[in-house]
Formats: sequence, C-alpha cells, structure tokens
Amino acid sequence: MSESTIKPPKKYTGPVKWMRTHLFSTWYNTLLTLVVGYVLITNVGPLLNWLLFDATFQGAGPEDCVGEGACWLFINQRLNFFIYGFYPDELQWRVDVMFALLAVAFVPQFIERFPGRKWLGIFGMTGLPLIGYILIPGGILGLEAVESSKWGGLMLTLILAYIGILASLPIGVLLALGRRSDMPIIQGLCVVFIEVWRAVPLITVLFMASVMLPLFLPEGMSFEKLVRALIGITLWQSAYMAEVIRGGLQAIPRGQYEAAGALGLGYWRKMGLVILPQALKLVIPGIVNTFIALFKDTTLVLIIGLFDILGTVQSTIADPAWQNVAIEGYVFVAFCFWVFCFGISRYSQNLERKLDTSHKT
Amino acid sequence: MGTTMTQHPESKDSQAEKKPGIIRVEGMHKWYGDFHVLKDLNLAVDQGERIVICGPSGSGKSTFIRCINRLEEHQQGRIIVDDVELTDDVRHIDSVRREVGMVFQHFNLFPHLTVLENCCLSPIWVRKVPRREAEAAAMEYLERVKIPDQATKYPGQLSGGQQQRVAIARALCMKPKIMLFDEPTSALDPEMIKEVLDVMVELAGSGMTMICVTHEMGFAKTVADRVIFMDGGEIVEEAPPSEFFSNPREARTQKFLQQIL
Ligand SMILES: Nc1ncnc2c1ncn2[C@@H]1O[C@H](COP(=O)(O)OP(=O)(O)OP(=O)(O)O)[C@@H](O)[C@H]1O
Ligand SMILES: [Mg+2]
Repeated sequence: MSESTIKPPKKYTGPVKWMRTHLFSTWYNTLLTLVVGYVLITNVGPLLNWLLFDATFQGAGPEDCVGEGACWLFINQRLNFFIYGFYPDELQWRVDVMFALLAVAFVPQFIERFPGRKWLGIFGMTGLPLIGYILIPGGILGLEAVESSKWGGLMLTLILAYIGILASLPIGVLLALGRRSDMPIIQGLCVVFIEVWRAVPLITVLFMASVMLPLFLPEGMSFEKLVRALIGITLWQSAYMAEVIRGGLQAIPRGQYEAAGALGLGYWRKMGLVILPQALKLVIPGIVNTFIALFKDTTLVLIIGLFDILGTVQSTIADPAWQNVAIEGYVFVAFCFWVFCFGISRYSQNLERKLDTSHKT
Repeated sequence: MGTTMTQHPESKDSQAEKKPGIIRVEGMHKWYGDFHVLKDLNLAVDQGERIVICGPSGSGKSTFIRCINRLEEHQQGRIIVDDVELTDDVRHIDSVRREVGMVFQHFNLFPHLTVLENCCLSPIWVRKVPRREAEAAAMEYLERVKIPDQATKYPGQLSGGQQQRVAIARALCMKPKIMLFDEPTSALDPEMIKEVLDVMVELAGSGMTMICVTHEMGFAKTVADRVIFMDGGEIVEEAPPSEFFSNPREARTQKFLQQIL
C-alpha cells in the first residue's frame, strides 16, 4: 500500500482569525458580541466577589457574617444537619460507610479501563442497597436502631432517589413488556396501571401515600411514612419508565423477534438476550432523563413532612439565629442537585458511547 | 481447529438413516383476516431432500415456509416436523424450532452482539452447550462459511454477503436437521450473491434437508431435488428441476418461467 502524500487542506485557526470569523463577521454579530461582553464583564465580577472573594467561610457564628459576600459559614456550620438530618451524631459513621461504598461503586464508572469496574457497578446495584438496608435503619446485628423519622438531608435525598431509580427500571421493563403482551388480561392490567399513575401528579401520589394508604391496608399492617413515600414514588416513576422503554421496544424491527424465535429462544430469553439489550440502549437518553427528573422530584417529600436536603436547608433558613442566608441555602441545594444530576448525565453519555455497536458512517 | 470441507457431522447420520417425511404438510390453509393466503397445501419432504420454492411476488412462498417453524400460524390442516405436530403447544413449537434453522432475506443478525456471540447465543441458552464448546463449534461453522477472521466484529462492520454467511453459520450452530431459506440472496448486490450461493451449494452437498425460496434458477437447477411453483397461495406444479425447466406442464408455470428466464 502506498501512503498518499496529499494532506487535507489546513484550516488556519489563530485566535485573531477565529474571533474575526466567529465574533465580528457582520455588524449584527459584532453588536451581539459587544452586548454579551458588556453583560458578562459587569456581572461575572460581582458574582465572583459574592461567591468567593467577599464571602465568609470561617467563623464562630452568625455574627461573623458581616461582609458583602455570601455567608458560606452558615452552610459550613449546619452541614451536619444538611447531610444527615437528625441521624444521631455517634451513629453517623454508618451513613459515611454508605457514602464511601457509593463512591467506590460509581466513581470508577467514569474511569475508562478501571479494573473490575463492571463488578463494582453490579455491586452498586445489588450488594450496596442490601448493606444499606441493614446499616442505615439498624436494629439487627447489634446495631442500634435509628427510626426513619430521624433520617434527613442529603442522605434521605439519595436514599429516595437511589431506591426509586433502582426499582423503577425493572418494574418499568415489566410494565412495558406487559403492555405489548399478546395476553389481553396482562396487557389490560399494564395499560390501566400506566395510564392511572401517569395521569396523577406526584404530589397527589405522595399525599395519598401518607394519608390514604393506611386506610386501605389491613388492620395491624402499617408502613413507615418513608416506605409509603418510596412505594408511591417508585410506582409513579415506573409508569413513566414503562413508556420510555416501550418506545425502545417499538423501534426494534420485527426481524429481530423472528430471528430470535427461529433460533428457539423462548419469550424471556428472546426479550432478555436480544430485544431488551437493544431497546434499552436506544432509549438511554430517555431513561436518564427520567432518572434525573426523579432525582429532583424527590424534594416533593417535603410536603409530607420528610426532610430531604431542601427540607433541612429550608427549615434552617427559618432559624432566627441566622438572618438573610436564604440565597446561600438555595444556591447550596441547587449545587448539590446539579453535581449528582450532571454526574448521571455524564455517565449515561459514557455508557452510550461504550455500547454503540452500530458502526454508522 | 479446521475441518476439511468434505467431512461434516450431519453428512454421516443423514447417509445412515434417510428418514422419509421429515416434514409433512397435509391440507394446510392459512388466512390473514379474511384473506386466504395459503390454500390446501400438501407437501412431504424426506430427510436430505432439497426443495426450491419459486413463484411470483405475493404468492405466499414466505408465508408457507414461515409456517414450517411457526413464525406464522396455520388455521387448518396439519404440519408435522420431525414427528412433532405444530399446534398451539409451546413445547412443540420450541422443539420444532430447535431442529429447524432459518435464514432470512434481511439477515436479521443481532447488531449488539459480535459475530461469534451471534453464533453461540442459542447453543448456549437453548441447547445448554458449555460456552467454550459452543465457541469452538461456532468457529468451525464460521470457517465453513469462510469468515473465521470476522468472528470478533459486529454485524454492522460486515458486508451484506458476509452478514448472510454469518446468518447461515448462526443457524447451523444449532445443528438443525432442516434449513429454511427465505430469499437469502435477494437483498444482496450481484457480486455477493455468488459467495452466499457457494455456501448453500456446499451445504446441500453435505446432505442437509433444505427448503429454499429463491429466484436463483441456476441454484435450483444444480442443487434441487424438486422445484415447487406457487401462485395465488396454491402449489401449482411440483417437479424435478430437469422436467420443471425444460417441460413445465402448467400454463401458469410456463408464463412465470418465460418472465424470469
Ligand atoms: N402480516 C400480514 N398480514 C396480512 N397480509 C399479509 C401479511 N403478510 C403477508 N401478507 C399477504 O400475503 C400474501 C403472501 O405474502 P408472502 O410474503 O408470503 O409472499 P411471497 O410469495 O413471499 O412474496 P415475495 O416474493 O414478494 O416475497 C401477500 O399478498 C401479502 O400481501
Ligand atoms: Mg417473500
């Protein structure tokens, strides 16, 4: 094979040339550049001043927050409450262990070629929730029990989101398969389930879970409020998930079903080995969208008296000892949500790239 | 491990016991809604026989062979494959599908699996062959269709002809007694048709029972034991290729042959 000596024409991309073609190519482009530049210069400076340069990070109490900038001291001092809620101080190591395990399971997912990252991910979806189920409530294996009413803050947000995400995916898959089933009874049940849950606002579901569910349960059977909220969130979310996945199932050509059938694969193997891997891959963006929405929707548990991260911050803002810290509080909450949701989004993009075997050109 | 082209596991047993009537279709009818697609089909195929089905578009050829592994359901009459009658009983359907391989016009490879995984999937999950054994067997079949070097690629990276050969290897990996082909070459560019036909001719030489829907009349002449002509959902004529091509009895057959030859 002879190597071609002709190189593709080089595009000159010096900074001046770049600016001229991208920022000042026409008079309206120039105008727009100047306006945006003005807005940036007049706003970024003060914003940075407020966020960092004039901000108070350290001190003993509210009286130290006197500067012009943000009072991060407030977050700093109440961080324990924002993360653990009312979880007893001396038992917080149990939550810390879970945070550490969460990091061990999922941080490697962002590192290409991390040894055994697949197994860590599988652990994150199986072993981790089991350990959490024992460690966080306690009450067995000599661990002191901590009632769920004491859980709160970031920890509660993560528990709600994690279990909601983990449970809604398989339930959503089953509902989606059921909705496309040949069996009229199963199909009917799935359609009714999906259409009912999807048409009800999550707030209503949560109210019903906390107020009405106990009325329907048999005598002597009761769940804690948190469990009821979790069931509500999960079922509500699985209805959405089912429709996202159904979209993927519909995109798989009939030939795939037929080829799998002709090879003698039964229904569950056909679905599990051939159809679902392709369908789920197709709808990763939709699934992740649903996950992110769920993650943020968990804050609605506020209205049934559970203190997630937003709830803990909000109740502290109302503390008369601290004044004018509302903005800092909300910025902090927004930042926490952003970190996790952005992480989910990045991970899904990694996954999509890794699973792409279509070789489209 | 390489096998030579002349010795294949199937060839031995098929020489040993040529089972008559491995496929028996008796008075079979099928409707799509009110549309009568297949009308009173009767066919008996012996083990090792090679049947070519041809006929104009829409005559029900695909529907017919898809009934043989129950990708389509028939409503009247009987289909018996290797002594198992196809009914609603899922166990019967499963056991027939294990013995009947099928190759489709559009290949229908699984795009999320490599060539080797495509071939091993069913042996591992349906026949419960250990993975290592299944892979070794799959490599032999890939060698037989002359693409062992593509084993780790994904279907999307192969040409149409290569994909169709993988599809044939995938079906053979289940060690089927019968192979069904539904226009395996009609989605291919002309230069790839030959490579697929060569594989099919070789397979026919090994004693496999085959039913091929195809318009490749050269293939029919060299390989087929019988040619079946279908039109309007009926079997119009059935004859050995020499007779079928040189001396067709029915007017409809003559007209069809004039058009395609
Ligand atoms: N799922 C279906 N529902 C209703 N009618 C169908 C369906 N599939 C096929 N048909 C009709 O049944 C008839 C036979 O179709 P079939 O695909 O078996 O024809 P064919 O002989 O294979 O044709 P071709 O050479 O074009 O592949 C056609 O008229 C077709 O329109
Ligand atoms: Mg057809």
